[in-house]
Amino acid sequence: MNDSPARLPLRTAAAVKLGNLSSTLSQKMGLGAGGMIGGRVALKLDPQALGRLTQGRNVAVVTGTNGKTTSTMMLARAVGALGEVATNHSGANMPDGHVTALSKQPDAPYAVLECDEAYFPAVAGASNPSVAVILNLSRDQLDRVGEVRTIERSLRDAVNKLQNCTIVANCDDVMVTSAAWNAAKVVWVATGTGWHHDSASCPRCGNPIRWQGEHWHCTGCDLARPHPSWITADEAMITPEHRKLELRLTLPGKFNQANAVMAAAAAHAMGVPADEAVRRLRGVSNVSGRYRTIQRNGRSARLLLSKNPAGWSETLTVVKEANHPAVLVINAQEADGRDLSWLWDVPFERLQGRTVIAAGERATDLAVRLTYAEVQHTIVPDPLKAIDQMPQGAVEVIANYTAFRDLNARAAADE
Amino acid sequence: MSESTIQIALVLPDLLGTYGDFGNAVVLEKRMKWRGIKAEIVPINYGQPVPDSCDIYVVGGGEDTAQTLAVKHLREHPGLQRAVTKNAVVLGVCAGIQIFGESFTRADNVTHPGMGLIDSSSHAGGSRAIGEVVAEPADGLFAGPLIGFENHQGRTTLGPAARPLAHVKVGTGNDGSVEGAVQGRIVCTYLHGPVLPRNPALADMLIEWATGTKLAPIDLPAVAAMRAERVRAAS
Repeated sequence: MNDSPARLPLRTAAAVKLGNLSSTLSQKMGLGAGGMIGGRVALKLDPQALGRLTQGRNVAVVTGTNGKTTSTMMLARAVGALGEVATNHSGANMPDGHVTALSKQPDAPYAVLECDEAYFPAVAGASNPSVAVILNLSRDQLDRVGEVRTIERSLRDAVNKLQNCTIVANCDDVMVTSAAWNAAKVVWVATGTGWHHDSASCPRCGNPIRWQGEHWHCTGCDLARPHPSWITADEAMITPEHRKLELRLTLPGKFNQANAVMAAAAAHAMGVPADEAVRRLRGVSNVSGRYRTIQRNGRSARLLLSKNPAGWSETLTVVKEANHPAVLVINAQEADGRDLSWLWDVPFERLQGRTVIAAGERATDLAVRLTYAEVQHTIVPDPLKAIDQMPQGAVEVIANYTAFRDLNARAAADE
Repeated sequence: MSESTIQIALVLPDLLGTYGDFGNAVVLEKRMKWRGIKAEIVPINYGQPVPDSCDIYVVGGGEDTAQTLAVKHLREHPGLQRAVTKNAVVLGVCAGIQIFGESFTRADNVTHPGMGLIDSSSHAGGSRAIGEVVAEPADGLFAGPLIGFENHQGRTTLGPAARPLAHVKVGTGNDGSVEGAVQGRIVCTYLHGPVLPRNPALADMLIEWATGTKLAPIDLPAVAAMRAERVRAAS
């Protein structure tokens, strides 16, 4: 297990060296965080780089619509119990990001890779993982990623081709269950989280899916909720040995409890005892700036990232606990998805009675949605100015992908 | 008074609700409520019979498999078809325009029968049409421009009984020149956004058809600002 990675062929080693150089140059010249450019150069020079860089390492790949970055960070922390881990931080989750991360830690015997769902077949195929984690699948960026069922189909085909790989799958998600259903080795995890709006009909045969409490089954074929070996309980998890472990996470919300249990189950499959895994992942508190609080002129603003209806729905539940004013920030750049129709799938009605500001490049589209949700609001496109206009005290800031990225960078520059 | 409540049937939101088209029903409901007209949304889920007693039927977009299942369900429970003969108002979006027609042919060249509610046929286009659309409503049906976001593979040809909803200025629509269809009280469009939040005049036209009353305009500054922004961005 602890073999050091195989020596790289000359071509890959040279490609990696040039890649690292361009990554450093990119950072030095202020062009970017360098998370991807190095990998892009290396992949151009050696298309097999990903396969060669993972050879001899024990690899886990993490995919799904929501929670990838957090779960990857948790899993990397947990696997750190076994040895050095190479991992791609900051959401650079396509092959060039993987190559960059792996080439920066050429001697790490373990790798935990966050992977965009559309790239999973290619990455899993090239990296021969011992564990693949599939968190959840729901509608996201329909104009870029495509429809959920297409993604499920491609994950299913990829999973069925994997040899000697344990799939860690969320059995409360119909799409994930279908993708992992025929895998040679599966560990089912009950996460208690689910977005049911994309699974009224069976992804395999099309017949209606029937729900009874937490159980579900297809009315036409044998697809049904498998018996889970790991269970997410309230602030705790139940292990396969029926032991209850308190989670005591730093990160808020039910969704992060689900991420933690998925990560613990995956770490366990890689050889980390459950107690040790939980102890380590508990420390994750700030995931690329998410969940951190910034101080501005007497306001303490908590920054939350939500990219799609399932994510927003979860975040609105998290912010419901306290009745703080909320700044909502919406962009619709390429990486966000250009189509904002999804705003109508988010239950903004839950914010009725609160102080709300609509911000971001598409603040007016959001304002229309809030108008019909009968949520009183004002429009202040610049999110930092929006925070300053709130009453002093706690403020929740929820932003989608590029809106969050830009806000986080500006807030960091101010500090 | 309960018999005067306008019922908005939200048809198969669990199959045909992929693109936020639920918003169309919300807009109809709120625009009536704000004018003192009683209205309620009646969701009709997959597996449930389709009532023929609603005043407005709203059908959204969905994925290919979901679309096939939806047609099967709507044929087995023909409440929507009966409602059309009783003059109900119908809005069909994206998949709606395809399944309401005589037939639709997929990329795999298999032709599926439609519901035959409008004189049209659809087939798969060479490329997926994705992006902002700006179009001018046909025959001054409502105040333009008609705007929205399209994301579809299908192309639609209208027969003589169906009229276009609008003429395309930016984007693809049915075929690069016309967008949507109107036949009797059925309105079809490829546009998401969703289409009714983007186009309050179209929403009010459907409400006027359903209620038989002329409506006073509602001034929503956010909607006017958003429309101006989208038209600027598209052109």
